[in-house]
Amino acid sequence: MTLNYKGATEKYEPTLGLEVHVELNTNSKMFCSCATEFGAAPNTQTCPVCLGLPGALPVVNGKAIESTILIGLALNCSIAPYSRFARKNYFYPDMPKNFQTSQYDEPICVEGYLDVEIETDEGPKVFRVEIERVHMEEDTGKSLHVGGSTGRIHGAEYSLLDYNRAGIPLVEIVTKIIPGTGKYAPQVARAYVTQLRDILRSLGVSDVKMEQGSLRCDANVSLAPIGSGLLGTRSETKNVNSLRSVERALTGEIERQANRLEAGERIIQETRHFLEESGLTRPGRSKEQAEDYRYFPEPDLVPVTPDAKWIEELRAKLPENPADRRKRLQKEWNVPDSEMTSLINAELVDVVEETIKLGAEPTRARTWWLGEISRLANEKEVAPTSLITTVFVAEIIALITSGDLTDKLARQVVEGVVNGEGSPAEVIEKRGLKVVSDDSALMVAIEAAIAAQPDTAERIRGGNIPAAGALIGAVMKATGGQADAAKVRELLLKHLGQG
Amino acid sequence: MTNIYSTAAEMASALAAKEISAVDLTKQHLDRIASVDGKLHAFLHVDSEGALAQAEAVDAKRAKGETLSPLAGVPIAVKDILAQKGVPTTAGSKILEGWRPPYDSTVVAKLKAAGVVILGKTNMDEFAMGSSTENSAYGTTQNPWDLTRTPGGSSGGSAAAVASFEAPLAIGTDTGGSIRQPAALTGIVGVKPTYGGVSRYGVIAYSSSLDQVGPFGRTVLDTALLHETIAGHDERDSTSINAPVPQVVAAAKRLDVKGMKIGVIKELSGSGFQAGVSARISESLELLVAAGAEIVEVSCPNFEYALAAYYLIAPSEASSNLARFDSMRYGLRVGDDGSKGAEEVMSATREAGFGKEVKRRIILGTYALSSGYYDAYYGSAQKVRTLVKRDFESAFAKADVLVSPVTPTTAFKIGEKSNDPVAMYLSDIATIPVNMAGIGGMSLPVGLAEEDGLPVGLQIMAPLMQDDRFYRVGGTLEAALLSKWGKPILSNAPDLMVQK
Amino acid sequence: MAAISRDDVAHLAKLARVEMTPDELDHMATELDQILGAVKRVQEVATADIPPTSHPLSMSNIFRDDVVKPSLTNEEALSGAPAKAEERFKVPQILGEE
Repeated sequence: MTLNYKGATEKYEPTLGLEVHVELNTNSKMFCSCATEFGAAPNTQTCPVCLGLPGALPVVNGKAIESTILIGLALNCSIAPYSRFARKNYFYPDMPKNFQTSQYDEPICVEGYLDVEIETDEGPKVFRVEIERVHMEEDTGKSLHVGGSTGRIHGAEYSLLDYNRAGIPLVEIVTKIIPGTGKYAPQVARAYVTQLRDILRSLGVSDVKMEQGSLRCDANVSLAPIGSGLLGTRSETKNVNSLRSVERALTGEIERQANRLEAGERIIQETRHFLEESGLTRPGRSKEQAEDYRYFPEPDLVPVTPDAKWIEELRAKLPENPADRRKRLQKEWNVPDSEMTSLINAELVDVVEETIKLGAEPTRARTWWLGEISRLANEKEVAPTSLITTVFVAEIIALITSGDLTDKLARQVVEGVVNGEGSPAEVIEKRGLKVVSDDSALMVAIEAAIAAQPDTAERIRGGNIPAAGALIGAVMKATGGQADAAKVRELLLKHLGQG
Repeated sequence: MTNIYSTAAEMASALAAKEISAVDLTKQHLDRIASVDGKLHAFLHVDSEGALAQAEAVDAKRAKGETLSPLAGVPIAVKDILAQKGVPTTAGSKILEGWRPPYDSTVVAKLKAAGVVILGKTNMDEFAMGSSTENSAYGTTQNPWDLTRTPGGSSGGSAAAVASFEAPLAIGTDTGGSIRQPAALTGIVGVKPTYGGVSRYGVIAYSSSLDQVGPFGRTVLDTALLHETIAGHDERDSTSINAPVPQVVAAAKRLDVKGMKIGVIKELSGSGFQAGVSARISESLELLVAAGAEIVEVSCPNFEYALAAYYLIAPSEASSNLARFDSMRYGLRVGDDGSKGAEEVMSATREAGFGKEVKRRIILGTYALSSGYYDAYYGSAQKVRTLVKRDFESAFAKADVLVSPVTPTTAFKIGEKSNDPVAMYLSDIATIPVNMAGIGGMSLPVGLAEEDGLPVGLQIMAPLMQDDRFYRVGGTLEAALLSKWGKPILSNAPDLMVQK
Repeated sequence: MAAISRDDVAHLAKLARVEMTPDELDHMATELDQILGAVKRVQEVATADIPPTSHPLSMSNIFRDDVVKPSLTNEEALSGAPAKAEERFKVPQILGEE
């Protein structure tokens, strides 16, 4: 009988381990001054160092070290007073030196943790994920496999190598084993990666784009019978390219392992590849023997010994933990989860907060950024923040609040600012956008509307309030949209004895 | 009159005084190479065109009255382990045959900027692994003193070029003695600067924590002039020392050792050294005493383990450094017939492209670093390195400089040790401790061994970053020896034109 | 007893990506055994209380500013390539994965 996920986790206890690779967003590479921009023409961002040419030597990018320490601090790690780079020796064509400059037994950050909250059957629950180490290394080049029938590596006739990515700084964040998550293992993993991504984004150290590979997750999992106290053999799943995939891959892998165990088969310690379409994993090429990486201290580099002063300076730069901040702002703004999530996903929390700090009314600040400005940004395929400054948005909102602009007029002001017509004040001036608030001027328009539609006026007098819409529309049209619709309604109803 | 037999300092003065042009001086050296290098095989590549162009540029600048570096227009030979843009650079290996680097090593860039005229690239043991040039994939270099003997190695081509007047100056590299040993065997001056004193950027790595670039010259002053030209901090080399370069030219000219304490290393004297070598060393010590120095004896008990530690550390680092030669991006590719995978082609290329000694050291290094053996071999060797450093520290507490013979014997016959790796390794016994500790050392020619008439080298060592001290002692001793003999040591070398 | 066997050498040769014939393996095993016999003396004095030295200079924190400098051109980068195509290094099929 095949076990489904529920059955699997009723019988077996999963133990997790997660390795996350993050590409830092430094301008230049880890050990040389080549650019790191994504998408450049092949082999145009390479030099003797990152091509591994004979004689070339590495020099550490100080910004990358700083970013790594920041990550360590944000994950509650100790920063090692002495750490070193080491060479990890193995041959692979996408690795120009046939060793990866990495860190081995002397990583830069150790012993941290991250608390993640997930929804369980008993309500929200916090799991502590302990971090073993955070270390630095360099990325490899990219290979393209040409020819062959399947397009996969095995069928390729030859391979083409582009080393633009070789040497881009990578930070590897390794958890300790995560026991006791039970059936929530996939959710804990997803929540961990999500929260890690948010932290990295808040630190500004990485683009954290899983789909571009700047954030990559390898998920390890093993199973043991519940209550056995044993630790099973683990598999490592690679190629997990989205948050959703983290959850799916683990769910699938737990099911697969449980069914193997049920059938009396053993779990092979191996690397598996996640298949996005099916949600299953397939085995990687099994290694004939365990690799022997022959790590030794990198003799071309000197140790990294951050002093307490430097570490404290960096600690002072740490932004508020995104999860804490989210809770705080949500409370302050009094918004539902769904809207908060929208703001986070649209990366608008910062600007909204800033706009509010500039005096804007909180609800309007959220609505304008998430609504009209995001809509315009979508049309232009740019980030909302690139269209308009928080100062201008706050100014416009202030005018709405004071009644000087209607929402409709405000939209025109935003459009004008976005089109480069100047500041909100200049746009209002040039386009003549000011609310018509003079009662007598409005009354003229209202009377004209009543005169034009006497039947409608009569119905309103008779108590048919919804019919007022037609007359209000006519007044608005007559005033070129510059009247405050609420005001028009108020005057109109009063005039017709319904006020 | 200025000619190929002049010192580099003399050439520099004559060039500055416009008594000779850089082009003429370069042509004289190219002619000399053309007439004698067939016998010596010191050069792997002679860049006549590039050298003449460089010389012309220097002459043009001088004609315009531009301020030039002290060595502008003086020719030089460069060991084929330094990358030079567009010029074949092989490190003596088949695996790099035909490779033309797209960049200059820092030392080559400094030479070019100083207007030093690069004549070509010199022969060496493959990837600097060897003490005789017999491990070169392109044939052995002969010693100008006796063509049946080796000039030493690994920088044997550079040493032979300077000793045979093909070039007044040369660049070498020294990982375990590869500058000092060939200098001693060919009767010239060779210096291994303090580790980090000269940039390693663009120097094809053998053993990164031991490799150091250094100068060859026929006199102490010439060597100092070149030392100052190539030394200094380089931001491309993380292990480069960021401090002022020691004043080695001034030290070479000082000619005074009064009050200096010269430490004789007990473990590097007496038995195990050829009698004629020991005799010349003793004679030098007497001259130094006569010049006002004091001799003290020091003991370095851990030096006897240095050789063993070296033959673990260097191969370990080399096994990693040489991994990049895999035929994917540059160099030789063997067996790519469309049916083989990258892994097979890599292995076939490395089998075909590396010589025997290189393979031996790669396998040895792979073993010493492998899991389960690391602590016993590589780890233990690093501890010996600590002990050697401590030995030097206590010795330098008693003496300003330390001295020893450079080599146990004078130049040996080609083929004599080529089938016995351990015997070959022993020729580095006195030079290796210097590399282990990272300090600087000089090989100074101090006469000929009585029994074979071949040159003997004295090694003078100074503490880290005190390279000026051995120039001071070397310069003083050189002057004393010259006044004793009445002529430079190289004038005793047999005429290459008549040697067969 | 030999410290190193022919199989050991075969394993090392594979790790180091150097193809070797059976004869070479035998020969290398004998030589390595000799050399290891000579170099293992380091263990005589390498006691636990002695710290290792992996570098002659005690320097630390040598960093570069995060500033982009010009790279090689595509042509320069590929200038030494045994084979190239589509602005990339062309290499025999890569059999392993990741």
